[in-house]
Amino acid sequence: MEKKEHIISILVYNKPDVLARIAGTLGGKGYNIESLSVNTTTQYEISKIVMTSIGNQATISRIENQLQRLVDVISVDDLTNVESVHREMVLVRLDLTEDKKDQIKKAVDDNQWKVIKSGEHYVILEITGDKAQIDLAMARLEPLGIADITRTGLVALELKN
Amino acid sequence: MKLKGSQILLEMLKEEKVDLIFGYPGGAVLDIYDQLYKSKIKHILVRHEQGAVHAADGYARATGRVGVCLVTSGPGATNTVTGIATANMDSIPIVVFTGQVPTTLIGNDAFQESDITGITRPCTKHNFLVRSVEELAATIKEAFHIARSGRPGPVLVDLPKNVMAAETEFDPANIKIRNYDVTHKPVPKKLSQVFEMLSHAKRPLLMTGGGVILGRAAGELTELARKYQIPVTGTLMGLGSFPGTDPLWLGMLGMHGTYHANMAVSHCDLLIAVGVRFDDRVTGTIETFAPNAQIVQIDIDPSSINRNVVVELPIIGETKATLNDLLHFLAEHKYAPDKSARKEWLAEIEQWKEKVPLTYCQNGEIIKPQYVIEMLHKVTNGDVIVTTEVGQNQMWTAQFFKFDKPNSFITSGGLGTMGYGLPAAIGVKCAFPDKNVVDIAGDGSIQMNIQELATAAQYNIAVKVVLLNNGFLGMVRQWQELFYEKRYSHTDMTYAPDFVKLAEAFGIIGMRITKPADVEKALRDAFAVDKPVLMDFRVSREECVYPMVRPGESLSEMDLGTREMIN
Ligand SMILES: Cc1ncc(C[n+]2csc(CCOP(=O)(O)OP(=O)(O)O)c2C)c(N)n1
Ligand SMILES: [Mg+2]
Repeated sequence: MEKKEHIISILVYNKPDVLARIAGTLGGKGYNIESLSVNTTTQYEISKIVMTSIGNQATISRIENQLQRLVDVISVDDLTNVESVHREMVLVRLDLTEDKKDQIKKAVDDNQWKVIKSGEHYVILEITGDKAQIDLAMARLEPLGIADITRTGLVALELKN
Repeated sequence: MKLKGSQILLEMLKEEKVDLIFGYPGGAVLDIYDQLYKSKIKHILVRHEQGAVHAADGYARATGRVGVCLVTSGPGATNTVTGIATANMDSIPIVVFTGQVPTTLIGNDAFQESDITGITRPCTKHNFLVRSVEELAATIKEAFHIARSGRPGPVLVDLPKNVMAAETEFDPANIKIRNYDVTHKPVPKKLSQVFEMLSHAKRPLLMTGGGVILGRAAGELTELARKYQIPVTGTLMGLGSFPGTDPLWLGMLGMHGTYHANMAVSHCDLLIAVGVRFDDRVTGTIETFAPNAQIVQIDIDPSSINRNVVVELPIIGETKATLNDLLHFLAEHKYAPDKSARKEWLAEIEQWKEKVPLTYCQNGEIIKPQYVIEMLHKVTNGDVIVTTEVGQNQMWTAQFFKFDKPNSFITSGGLGTMGYGLPAAIGVKCAFPDKNVVDIAGDGSIQMNIQELATAAQYNIAVKVVLLNNGFLGMVRQWQELFYEKRYSHTDMTYAPDFVKLAEAFGIIGMRITKPADVEKALRDAFAVDKPVLMDFRVSREECVYPMVRPGESLSEMDLGTREMIN
């Protein structure tokens, strides 16, 4: 069976150790979490966790079943095959060294990257997009010399429930 | 009504109809023990917290009700971990209350603090740290509900000392817990698929597991098998869910299963598996498991399905309700097995059974362990609840004792915990004081929780220990004999206490039996007294458990043992 990235959306009760339970369950059974983001919902007592994991359909089903067993898990959905939108965000700092300075400024203009803070020696960019857009941006950022970077996990939303 | 946390705990135990708990006190639970002093709830003081959990677990397995134990914080709590993991692997409903340091000290490495909810997260069905007295009552109610509902399991509730001392309003009629909706209903479409499969099958086989016992579905399973003449095999955990003396019963399958059960699995064309999870000890090499069969799997837990063995037809649902629906469906649609095909299939199985019967050779002056087990069945008429330790003693019991009723064979299947049998037997005997309760033990295992003989003595809990003393960690020795050219590395247990004197030192009766001719009388004598008895049967030292599927082999390729063993 084909291995691919699956986006799993998990609704949970907002208990202090619910994240530890989820991470422990998956880690303990040898499944990998590629990315993870925890969000609040409109209801205070319920949180939404979006995680991605790479595997074939059988492995992903097993992950869903294991999560479903947890008492604090309300629902588990694989968003990979339902209509949904996906976003990630990256913050990058580029240092304006003498040799790269002009190249960086041009790239920021050309790509219309959003500068959220800048100084004499640096510029910090905020880039959001789906996976393809982020990958493209990363490829363009690489040659400019990334001084530091941080990335959120993927968040996703279905078009309808 | 304003009550203290410790009082609320006991009130809630009453609400849950708990009349017996197993425990061990300490600083963090002093308030609770002070309430117990004034309470009607019976408390059995064990000698080690692991014993308390196994006892609660044995109680739960025998009664089908939730077993309860209470221990202190820190080392008291960590001592429960093996017991909890044992219950978790076999899906046994217990609630473990642990003391905890006051909430203000949690995280400070306070005296006797341990992060017991963190430690037991992977081996409980769920656990709670109660952070305030206001949430106490609902948490306890939830804990019992979670332990017994759906696929059962152990729940731990951690009780900080200050929460036990704090007061709040208590109104048992007004405790709200979350709604857990776990029951699934089987769909008619799936039942008609089973009907189709059964109609086409020439060699159908039922496989029963622990889920049938936990789900109280033994009656339905038995009806299905008998009504339609479907032979039945079972896992270790399934023993007792179909009468062991019924001609349709093939015995256990798997590593130490019977030859005919394993051959039947390997040749059947339809396998209806109920309440099993296809553990590797059961399947042998997974690729060649039931190679000719379509598999129907009925289980309450979706995570048990398609985990080890890929099945054609999964049915998620309670075993009892599902089998009931299936029985109705088959009756309504007038399912009738093809008589001649069924006769042929049963005859084929009979041939395998005759070719390699389950047997051993009791000749000479040395007691064979299997003989003791057969004698135990004879002396008790099978009317006994048996617990076991782990190792050869456990496998011989599974092979040679014919369990006719569910909840009468109590063993650590999933985790294989040595030291389980004695405290579990104590728990069982507390639940059924009028029943015969026996721990079939090994000399290695019994030493792991031997201290519980003091518990049995103190309360005169009249369990009988049938010690199959081979002077070895026998099962490990067997593997060393078979796979490590008899290099018996650290498995010789000849250096052991004098078990008879030890029994007497604990204040119970000790007996030593060395000759086959004395076995039956010793057992009769032991059951004639209403006291705990330890029988030290000196058995053949290097007897092996046969037949055996070697690790990595298929169920159809069994090692039958030497001629001498099976003659
Ligand atoms: C707590 C624990 N430690 C180690 C083992 C590994 N083990 C499995 S069977 C066995 C030997 C048991 O010896 P004994 O109780 O004398 O039983 P016998 O096999 O001789 O009947 C051992 C050490 C285990 N199952 N549990
Ligand atoms: Mg032994």
